[in-house]
Amino acid sequence: MTALASRIPGLAAWRNRANGDVRLLPQGHLSGPMPWVIAIMIALTIVAAGSGLALRNAARAASADLEGGVTVQIVSAAPAERNRQADAAVAALKGMVGVAAVHRVAQSDLEALVEPWLGTRPGDDIEALPIPALIDVRLSGPAGRDRIAALRARIIPVAPAARVDAQAGWLAPVFAAIGALQWLAGGLIALLALATVASVLLASRNALGNHRETIEIVHMLGGTDRQIARVFQRGMAVDAAAGGMAGLLLGLATIFMLGRQFAPLGSGMMGAAALGWSDWLLLAAIPMLGVALAVLTARLTVLAALRKML
Amino acid sequence: MLRRESTGPAFRLMSKPDAEIVQFDNVGLRYGTGKEVLTDISFTLYPGSFYFLTGASGAGKTSLLKLLYLSQRPSRGLIRMFGTDAITLPRERLPGFRRRIGVVFQDFRLVPHLSAFDNVALPLRVAGVSEREIARPVADMLDWVGLGDRRHARPATLSGGEQQRVAIARAVIARPDMLVADEPTGNVDPEMALKLLRLFESLNRLGTTVVVATHDLHLIRDVPESLIMRLDKGRLADPTGALRYPPRRAASPSPAEATAR
Ligand SMILES: Nc1ncnc2c1ncn2[C@@H]1O[C@H](COP(=O)(O)OP(=O)(O)OP(=O)(O)O)[C@@H](O)[C@H]1O
Ligand SMILES: [Mg+2]
Repeated sequence: MTALASRIPGLAAWRNRANGDVRLLPQGHLSGPMPWVIAIMIALTIVAAGSGLALRNAARAASADLEGGVTVQIVSAAPAERNRQADAAVAALKGMVGVAAVHRVAQSDLEALVEPWLGTRPGDDIEALPIPALIDVRLSGPAGRDRIAALRARIIPVAPAARVDAQAGWLAPVFAAIGALQWLAGGLIALLALATVASVLLASRNALGNHRETIEIVHMLGGTDRQIARVFQRGMAVDAAAGGMAGLLLGLATIFMLGRQFAPLGSGMMGAAALGWSDWLLLAAIPMLGVALAVLTARLTVLAALRKML
Repeated sequence: MLRRESTGPAFRLMSKPDAEIVQFDNVGLRYGTGKEVLTDISFTLYPGSFYFLTGASGAGKTSLLKLLYLSQRPSRGLIRMFGTDAITLPRERLPGFRRRIGVVFQDFRLVPHLSAFDNVALPLRVAGVSEREIARPVADMLDWVGLGDRRHARPATLSGGEQQRVAIARAVIARPDMLVADEPTGNVDPEMALKLLRLFESLNRLGTTVVVATHDLHLIRDVPESLIMRLDKGRLADPTGALRYPPRRAASPSPAEATAR
């Protein structure tokens, strides 16, 4: 009776351990559609997140630029009166606390600015046009509502034709649009995560169905739900890791190419939209989050299904 | 018998703490909403005993064994196993119980994508035994059932008798406290049947309680000290008186039994 006589040391101690690592199911990774699904999801998530981050950076840079900016316009048809009021306003502003810089935009610069629209035919008297005088004011803090009101109270008495506006105010619709796009990116990411969870759930249920008989046998031999779940988890981890890698490359390549497309649009806002190193790190973390999400979903799905078996 | 009727089951269970390995009390089983396939089943199995379960086809042998190896819960009645109430056993404690029971299924239930070796090794791997400690015993066991040269074969490429021997090897490899075998010799020649029976007997001598369901009367005659349970249309007959309280032959009668006698 050699078979029974050969001792298995430690069997009694092992018997009640629930964590033996068992290769129970055929490991058919990378054959099904799962890696591809994950790759596509990850790539789309990276593009959405990259766009969202770029928009955020652009909005931040712009608002930092504009935050303390105030524009004072003197709208008057008579050039002499306009000049007088502009000088008075500049003088008043210079004496105010919280005003960091005051710069009267030269009238010739303004004319050059409007020239492409109005033209410079000989004989045109551009002076006759009611181009407002412009004063660029930089405050030491953000140009909030009360600061603007304070400025007005000071300027209007000496320059009744003055109009005082925060520069950020002009761009408010642009900021609103950027905000909406950021929400859109966030919503897309949430939907992509949801779709990933759904497809992992379906794939796990399908795999469970295919291996039901083996699972029953393993249960009968004393296998625990965790042991069985671990096999499915590991399969999903391999699939998701492969898909995540492919998705990362695809997503980053897309963002890189989009960046190259947008770069020639000019410095200003587009330059400010460039992704920083922390943004790239965040994008690189997306595949890892994706793998974690897939593995967790697989685990919970399998455990929930196993709990219904005896 | 009188005593059994006059006192509740609870009292009797408490008075014999761990003399029995299995105790059934008025157990009934129905599948779904069908009629009962097992009715009023009461018996006690004692450690180290050897039981045969006989009965016509469809009498309920497999159903009774399913209750024994915890793959089915009864519709009514009480079942105690290893000194614990098996009816209210929480799900997460089932694996620990099942690891103490070796099962030879009537339909073998080998894992189709695993080799003969891996199938036999499965109970040890599930129990977390290291690969180093698995190789020898599994190889020895396969040699012993005459499948040493077929260790890499998948179940589909094995004959019925060979599959049955793999199933038996898998059931005994972890030296269970109880072995439950459903027609374990149905597909092998008489010589191999006898050899497998000797395997069960030696396991039994090491302390394992053995329950074998079979139609084969020759087999039963080959184990003279065995006790016989007979199922007839879902009811239990007791031709050897093995199942009475106290049984005619118990491995080690407890004081409680002595007084009951
Ligand atoms: N899963 C099931 N669902 C419904 N009825 C079942 C199920 N399993 C068994 N039965 C019924 O229960 C009764 C007993 O079946 P069981 O398999 O226990 O008989 P058996 O004594 O093992 O027969 P055999 O000697 O042919 O293996 C039969 O009438 C059978 O039809
Ligand atoms: Mg049967």
